[in-house]
Amino acid sequence: MSRARVTVRLTVNGRAYVREVEPRYLLADFLRHELGLTGTHIGCEHGVCGACTVLIDGKTGRSCLQFAAALDGASITTVEGIAGEGPLHPVQEAFHEAHALQCGYCTPGFLMTTIEFLAANPDPTRDQIRQALTNNMCRCTGYLNIIEAVEDAARRLRAQEGGA
Amino acid sequence: MKPAAFAYHRPASLEEALSLLAVHGAEARVLSGGQSLVPLMNMRILSPAVLIDINRCRELAYIRREGGMIACGALARQGEAEASGLVAATLPLLASALPHVGVRASRNFGTLCGSLAHADPLAELPSVAAALEARFVIASARGRREVGAEAFFVSALTNCIEPDEMLAEVRFPVAAAGARTAFLEVANRGHGFAVAGVAATLEVDAAGRCAGVRLAAMGAGDTTVRLAAAEALIEDEGLSAAAIAAAGEAARAAVEPTADVHASAEYRAGLIGVLVGRALRAMAAAGPR
Repeated sequence: MSRARVTVRLTVNGRAYVREVEPRYLLADFLRHELGLTGTHIGCEHGVCGACTVLIDGKTGRSCLQFAAALDGASITTVEGIAGEGPLHPVQEAFHEAHALQCGYCTPGFLMTTIEFLAANPDPTRDQIRQALTNNMCRCTGYLNIIEAVEDAARRLRAQEGGA
Repeated sequence: MKPAAFAYHRPASLEEALSLLAVHGAEARVLSGGQSLVPLMNMRILSPAVLIDINRCRELAYIRREGGMIACGALARQGEAEASGLVAATLPLLASALPHVGVRASRNFGTLCGSLAHADPLAELPSVAAALEARFVIASARGRREVGAEAFFVSALTNCIEPDEMLAEVRFPVAAAGARTAFLEVANRGHGFAVAGVAATLEVDAAGRCAGVRLAAMGAGDTTVRLAAAEALIEDEGLSAAAIAAAGEAARAAVEPTADVHASAEYRAGLIGVLVGRALRAMAAAGPR
């Protein structure tokens, strides 16, 4: 059984990294253990819960279902990268204001899903929001506050777009 | 849950991938989107000694029209097909089924060929392929062969691909002018496995009569199943309410679903009968698309 390491070059939140990893190393573990970016949470590890969702070349993906080595050259955005050093991202603000989290474990995944969803659909119906959120599981909130947060986030992003 | 160690190969062409399969095939798996394979590796249901990552074989990344067929290469992502104007215009059944496949985050990476090769009896795409009489292009260093859905799907999670082969392309016939389609499924929630579903196409002649119907069911047994008795009934007797009711009953009687925590076998069979009726009524009522 090969334990050979391979070189992986990833851009994460705008910063370039080069690491030697085992081919079986999952992106979620790479982010958390190699880069110390522990905002990406690991839940089910088989693509069901959505907690580990990140943006891979701008598209949401489960970081537990991606081998870091296979993504050589890709650009990743994690929850640490959405607002940079500045204030909260509008989607984060909306989740904060709507009390859309309790334990917060699922929240990074919900934020990434919401950012991709609202970029494609800036003025969604409530039913479209519910469908989009089937990407992710929350065991605390009962989802209602999350749905309201996504509606509010859509308003915030539209206002930002309109005001820009 | 972490995958077992494996040797990793990243070929740059299909030819190179097939050479690797010729050497390592018996202990290798092909990685494309990874949305079916990697969960199985994380759970160590599968521990391939060799992984052949085809994501750099860019020649496999296409969805294109070739005469009367839409050819989808092994790197055609489900999300790309969902967003494709060509698919929307020529494969309405596939277009209506894709939003049911996994979730956005899985469709962004998961491929059409990967989901088909995974051969899950509760997955949507095998039934779409069966209803559309898709062709599966299987490649190896020995050459290429082409099979239909009946030959491709052997049993649950088992296809007819030999160890040194891979599914290089799936080909869907372009829908006939005026063809009507329906894709219906019942699931316990938006995300996750369906309980059962039906993929259906209907062609109608100038007089408005049925000129051909194809019905395939998911959740109907070990593989997707073409509902031949129900199809024959509609083709013989037309789209009357009585014929549709009889077709639903024929579908229910023909399937042999399995039971699991989500549904009993009887419920699944009954549901497939109901969905066949709904699909036929919806297609009968619809005008040409």
